[in-house]
Amino acid sequence: MESLLTDILINGLLLGTLYAIIALGYTMVYGILQLINFAHSEVFLTGAVVAFETFRLLAPDPANPGSGLNPYLVLAIALVVAMIVCGLLNVVIERLAYRPLRNAPKLVPLISAIGVSLILQDVIKLLEGFQGRFQLAVNVPETFTQTVFSVGDTNVKVRDLALVVVAAVMLFSLDRLVNHSKPGRAIRAVAQDRVTAGLMGIDANRMIALTFAIGGALGGVGGVLFAMKFPNLDPYSGTIPGIKAFSAAVLGGIGSIPGAVLGGLVLGVVENFLGVLSSFSFVFPKLSFLAAIGAQYKDVGAFITLIVILIFKPSGLLGRSTTEKV
Amino acid sequence: MKKLGLSILTLAGAMALGSANAAQVIKIASMSPLTGSSSDLGLQIRNATEMAIKEQKAAFLKMGFDLQFVAYDDQADPTTGTANARRIAADNSILAMVGTLNSGVVIPSSEVLAPAHVAIVSPANTNPKVTDRALSNMNRICARDDSQGPAGADFLIDTVKVKKVYVLNDKTPYGQGLADAAEARLKSKGVTISFSEGTDEKSDFSSIITKIKQAKPDAIYFGGLYGQVGPFAKQLREAGVAIPVMGGDGYDSPDLLSLAGAGAKDIYFTTVAPPLEAVPAAKAVAARYKAAYKKDMAGFGIMGYDSANVVLAGVMSAIKANGGKLPTRVQVETAVRKTNLTSGTLTGAIDFNSVGDRTTAKMFIIQVKNAGSKLDFSTAGTVNVKVAKQ
Repeated sequence: MESLLTDILINGLLLGTLYAIIALGYTMVYGILQLINFAHSEVFLTGAVVAFETFRLLAPDPANPGSGLNPYLVLAIALVVAMIVCGLLNVVIERLAYRPLRNAPKLVPLISAIGVSLILQDVIKLLEGFQGRFQLAVNVPETFTQTVFSVGDTNVKVRDLALVVVAAVMLFSLDRLVNHSKPGRAIRAVAQDRVTAGLMGIDANRMIALTFAIGGALGGVGGVLFAMKFPNLDPYSGTIPGIKAFSAAVLGGIGSIPGAVLGGLVLGVVENFLGVLSSFSFVFPKLSFLAAIGAQYKDVGAFITLIVILIFKPSGLLGRSTTEKV
Repeated sequence: MKKLGLSILTLAGAMALGSANAAQVIKIASMSPLTGSSSDLGLQIRNATEMAIKEQKAAFLKMGFDLQFVAYDDQADPTTGTANARRIAADNSILAMVGTLNSGVVIPSSEVLAPAHVAIVSPANTNPKVTDRALSNMNRICARDDSQGPAGADFLIDTVKVKKVYVLNDKTPYGQGLADAAEARLKSKGVTISFSEGTDEKSDFSSIITKIKQAKPDAIYFGGLYGQVGPFAKQLREAGVAIPVMGGDGYDSPDLLSLAGAGAKDIYFTTVAPPLEAVPAAKAVAARYKAAYKKDMAGFGIMGYDSANVVLAGVMSAIKANGGKLPTRVQVETAVRKTNLTSGTLTGAIDFNSVGDRTTAKMFIIQVKNAGSKLDFSTAGTVNVKVAKQ
């Protein structure tokens, strides 16, 4: 029983941390443009593919296992490359697909976001397909899959700790950047009122591009961490985590950065709890009816939670109607 | 000049007549995908059939028949397959066919060939519907899909000695069919099913794995494809669960090993295509195959070779029954269905029940285990599949 609970909690929080990092990309873009960037799930997948390629290219020679770079250095390279690639990609997407539609009705950029998402899926499929791959098995260095310690019979691996550390560093820097720096203040100003910010001498387009760059970089980091935790990817792997992370952003209150983190964590734990709900029928014979709730209901459960919370708190857990949006 | 031309013509005519008198042509066709993504498997069937025919050419020539081989490419496509079948039906010298690779191709093709009574012996079509239609010309020497689940279950019970099994499926007709059949067999033999569920999850299996850890089964039966089972096994092993994972031929891909990594250890699956090392009798044949086609003989080559020999034995016995004269297609069809080969085949005795299923087909169990420094497929055993005499 204890092992069941620790399993739910640890797996749920780890998954939730991942959702949180991805959700930040949605929430920041929404905060500044009121646009749901559907392409973000593919930007995030691009980060995962960067991780796949980095681990593949920098893998130690199989004949000589000791060779190759230090795995932590490889991870750092993957993170930096993914941040640059995904940040730039997001800026390019904004420049080509959203900026020309800046003054169009809100549904129009939404549709172009869905279009970008489909294009990116096929570009990834094409690029990897040329090399004869569809399903990508990420070659995660063995160091990261070793167990650090066990709680009950749940093994916590090096990559799980890496996930938490990287996420904490990202959140801390994001907070410094948005709340305690000059560009951050400019971003917040644009989010509040684009026209007035322009009157104050802030170049709104540059700040929007910067927001996309930050969101993309976070997506890239999320992608690398996702690829380490779930090392089997295909060009469509981004969709479901993308929708979940978006739900996490809504759950926490879209536009709010702490909300995205809280929403991610809640969603991760709820999802894991519902996935293993039927196991309680082994533990408590009286609850045998739970056996009918198979693991495939975890996604349904996550979205039901979202709906229930939105019924009682339409602006999300930490969303306020007068919130200062970034 | 004119005279010379005429005499050459006469000479050619006489030669043609002469050879026609000397040996009547009997053609045996093969149909399998020779181009496209499954051409590797299709070529095995084609080449093995050609090889078997070449080896028996002399025996048929002695009886006064010129045995010829003609290969058709179905491109794994039902439409191309049925078009080929029409051409086969129209060529009266073709008495029988070996093929195909895909059940989806053989089902419509056999319906075209049935009225023409062209006997088919299939090395690879496992869909139950292939023989359930009870066509008089359709036979197969491989086991049926619906015997895969029970065969896997039998192996778990008899060899792995399980008491408690966790059953999973991928929510497709294929995976669910396998898992249901396996579950029924396990239950009927007194094994506890700790849980049975479907999932279309592709990346995060943590909740299922948590449940498996709670239920503590002796083995897992997962009806699904390698693309899903690979990641599942990887995460399962990382969570510290080392029990066997059993499934069907949907696992049969080298990608299983790359997707599951070190987690592939002790994945088992059932397949109708025998690995070469599971068929000791095939050693000499495989060497000849390699010499002739510069490629290693694989499972469907072995099955194709046996299928061709069933066809040839059928034609031969039809010739004998017909007093040494050219038999009709109906006679060949009847003779093939009555096949009773106890020797000369690579995969053991072959005979068919009234609908054309092999009565003692074999299912091969493949296990992923250490081979030197890396994991690889190896044969863990065979399960005999008994089909009721209908």
